[in-house]
Amino acid sequence: MKSYLDFEKPVAELEAKVEELRALGEKGDAVAIGDDIQRLEAKASHALSELYAALTPWQKTQVARHPQRPHFLDYCAGLITDFTPLAGDRLFAEDEAIVGGFGRLDGEPVCVIGQEKGSTTEARIRHNFGMAKPEGYRKAVRIMELADRFGLPVVSFVDTAGAYPGIGAEERGQAEAIARSTEFSLGLGVPNVAIVIGEGGSGGAIAIATANRVLMLEHAIYTVASPEASASILWRDSGRAQDAATNMKITAQDLLRFGVIDGIVGEPVGGAHRDPQAAIIAAGKAISAALADFRGKSPDQVRDLRAAKFLAIGRSL
Amino acid sequence: MDTPMNWIANVVRPKIRSLLKRDTPENLWIKCPETGQMVFHKDVENNLFVIPGSNHHMRMRAPARLASFFDGGAFEDVPLPEVPLDPLKFRDEQRYVDRLKNSRAKTGQPDAVKVGVGTVEGLTITAAVQDFDFMGGSLGMAAGEAVVKGFETALERKTPFVLFAASGGARMQEGILSLMQMPRTTVARRRLYDAKLPYIVVLTNPTTGGVTASYAMLGDVHIAEPGALIGFAGPRVIEQTIREKLPDGFQRAEYLKDHGMVDMVVHRHDLKPTIARLCRLLTKAPARNAVPAQAPSPAPAAAVQPAA
Repeated sequence: MKSYLDFEKPVAELEAKVEELRALGEKGDAVAIGDDIQRLEAKASHALSELYAALTPWQKTQVARHPQRPHFLDYCAGLITDFTPLAGDRLFAEDEAIVGGFGRLDGEPVCVIGQEKGSTTEARIRHNFGMAKPEGYRKAVRIMELADRFGLPVVSFVDTAGAYPGIGAEERGQAEAIARSTEFSLGLGVPNVAIVIGEGGSGGAIAIATANRVLMLEHAIYTVASPEASASILWRDSGRAQDAATNMKITAQDLLRFGVIDGIVGEPVGGAHRDPQAAIIAAGKAISAALADFRGKSPDQVRDLRAAKFLAIGRSL
Repeated sequence: MDTPMNWIANVVRPKIRSLLKRDTPENLWIKCPETGQMVFHKDVENNLFVIPGSNHHMRMRAPARLASFFDGGAFEDVPLPEVPLDPLKFRDEQRYVDRLKNSRAKTGQPDAVKVGVGTVEGLTITAAVQDFDFMGGSLGMAAGEAVVKGFETALERKTPFVLFAASGGARMQEGILSLMQMPRTTVARRRLYDAKLPYIVVLTNPTTGGVTASYAMLGDVHIAEPGALIGFAGPRVIEQTIREKLPDGFQRAEYLKDHGMVDMVVHRHDLKPTIARLCRLLTKAPARNAVPAQAPSPAPAAAVQPAA
């Protein structure tokens, strides 16, 4: 079943009418109604593309969190063959908020890591809504270390509201785990590409998003803290999330302008959730193109280019 | 926190302060946040801002910290790069540029991080201090550049780098550009790492958020001041998420040591000798009291004892 966001109401109404007419048409009178259906469908699709061409940051936040938006494992299934996930940080536990392993992209072996939010209630609980604990980041480091040693490029899919804030996570060094993962990403001698497919939330995102190329889907967001957390920090009122989203320049378009990301991957009209396959294919093409730019580069070159890129951020605004 | 002293603090103190305000500086008296005891400001200042009696470590401003750290209070003030102002054009109840202006006026500092080079017990060291009084020591572009500059200065001068961290985390008003200081400072940290120069982090009250999740947890050695709050997520956020009361001493320096995140909890009075000793050991410099040249290194050798 399709689910609509609040701001999609005009589209929802038009599409509902189309469905109604279709149902009528099946009972008879098909010829007369056919024209109406076509007219309404055109109107609905026009309304949808107009709406999505001018989404506000808060609307994008809702799209980025849409329950039917493709998640990491959907990209994995669509793009990666021979996918072989690995588990555990060898220190404490397995954390399914981050899934990672090896597989083939366009036939070439790669390392794949991503935050998985889960698409059913059961999966969301198992993946802790994509909010990793220290063991998740330590597992990511472990897998990246393998990639580095075996010379395989690293592709990471970023989709998290942030690292999990809990007692156990703090006890086991959430901050240290994130810092190490960022540091390890920066030190990789193999090229890495990160793509923000939904929410890139705070340090929890940075830990696996410090890459040679950082891409974002057209309606994804990337934030210093989720809009709710930002509002809570700024105004002690998480209810002002919308204000925070509006103020804080969190869209792919803003981030490209700031030079924080390297490219935007276009989404199908109406967002990735309306045509997941198209979104997944577009992401795959962009990732392959980004990796191709680093073919033949030495480990030192790859590291130096990455370091220089991050040091340059903000220096020529 | 409720203490028996509260009624005095609430009722009497404001009157006294308003009477004295005319010809004396503010903060003449300081209330110990732990015991509620009132202490004379000068006594606290002369005690490196540690409350005599309770040993509670108060926050320390950046200039005072550097002066107390370096020999004779003398250090070279390292010029810091300028950064673009208010890239997000952020405003809420107040424009961010106005908040910045106020903080600059209040602290006399251009931003939250100050960098100095000087000697500590005779050994040249580069140090950076995060000033919590400047917008909560938050990590914006200026602070990020200053930390990068600190690492670079240590690298150029081939000195150890000591960082006194104090921060609520990211500078929210700079949004994603604040977040980018995490990988940026990590790049700089990595260069010092490759150069095999010591990097010592002193975690002071409070150090949380993106600062802890980047350069403040990447030290070769982590030292924490007693009682300092150190963590990734703030206690309020955690409490709201899990809807449980947090355990006693949660996220305090001693708790972090118990959980393996810091090497030692060191009283502020002992910081300088501890850091100097560590830097000497890691850089293979002669011990401070070693007899020079004519007696080749008996002191360090003698210090090595087989494990009991």
